[in-house]
Amino acid sequence: MKINKAAQAGALESSDVLVTVEPNPEGGIKIELETKRVIQKQFSKQIEKVILETAEQSGVEDVLIKAQDKGALDYTFRARVQAALQRASI
Amino acid sequence: MSQNRSMLIIPGNSPKGLQNAPVFNPDLLVLDLADGVPLEDKDSARLLVKEAIGFMDYENTQVVVRINSLQSGFGAKDIEIITPVQPIAFVIPQGNAEQLQEIEILLAESEKKAGLKEGSIGLIPVVETVKTLEQMSSLLNVSPRIKSAFFNAEGLAQELGIVRSKEGDEILYARSKFAMTCRAAGMNSFDTAFTDSNDYEGLEKDCLKARNLGFTGKAAIDGRQIDTIHKIFV
Repeated sequence: MKINKAAQAGALESSDVLVTVEPNPEGGIKIELETKRVIQKQFSKQIEKVILETAEQSGVEDVLIKAQDKGALDYTFRARVQAALQRASI
Repeated sequence: MSQNRSMLIIPGNSPKGLQNAPVFNPDLLVLDLADGVPLEDKDSARLLVKEAIGFMDYENTQVVVRINSLQSGFGAKDIEIITPVQPIAFVIPQGNAEQLQEIEILLAESEKKAGLKEGSIGLIPVVETVKTLEQMSSLLNVSPRIKSAFFNAEGLAQELGIVRSKEGDEILYARSKFAMTCRAAGMNSFDTAFTDSNDYEGLEKDCLKARNLGFTGKAAIDGRQIDTIHKIFV
């Protein structure tokens, strides 16, 4: 999957996450997570793992993924990352 | 044996709704990809529902997915993406016989691709047009997957240009015909939702009316309506 443009999926609403993806000119998969400090401290590694695995399973190689989290669970991260990547690959 | 007294309809693009819904213990939980989701979010809702079914603990409820109609251009993709997570059924808007026959073929292909037994996912047609109401007997025989049907009075009222009332006198014939046809076919019949989610007295009267007309259950648009529905449909 090739990222052709910037795209978003999700929302800045409780239990959701707004995922923005864009091409990464430096190459590779880069993840930026914005979330509450307590979640950042306790769960950022787990969340970044879920995002990375989802991106890799989608077959994408060079992408910048920004996730603005509002308390989303793993399944929501997976769904929103997939949707943003699909929209960016059109 | 699973009960079929209530179906709670939840928009498929709301993680909060998807997570809170099981708390209300509806018999059927309808994750909606159709009316409850704006056009620009159809793709992301489809993925969210797929991931939610695989992740959430929906053990005490039967999960069904209301897909978009085939005519909308989204329905075929809904079937392809959702089938592998095996909801117990798909709810089919504007469930006319021609569309149900097409869906039967698409669904059989998707089940095969997903390694599921053919026929493992059911179909629940939504009757919401005059034509489908009048063709109900044949409609219910289109596929052995059909074990239940859902009467949506809001769709019918829109087609006929009639104003809905809480008493529902304007839909008496449609309700009666729907419920009796389902009874004759030995199928579950879900009545249209009561749209004022703060009027519990009105909801109870509406449930009683539906039960006395022969319905076996009722749709809900708010989880707080489920207890009242279960009080009447036992």
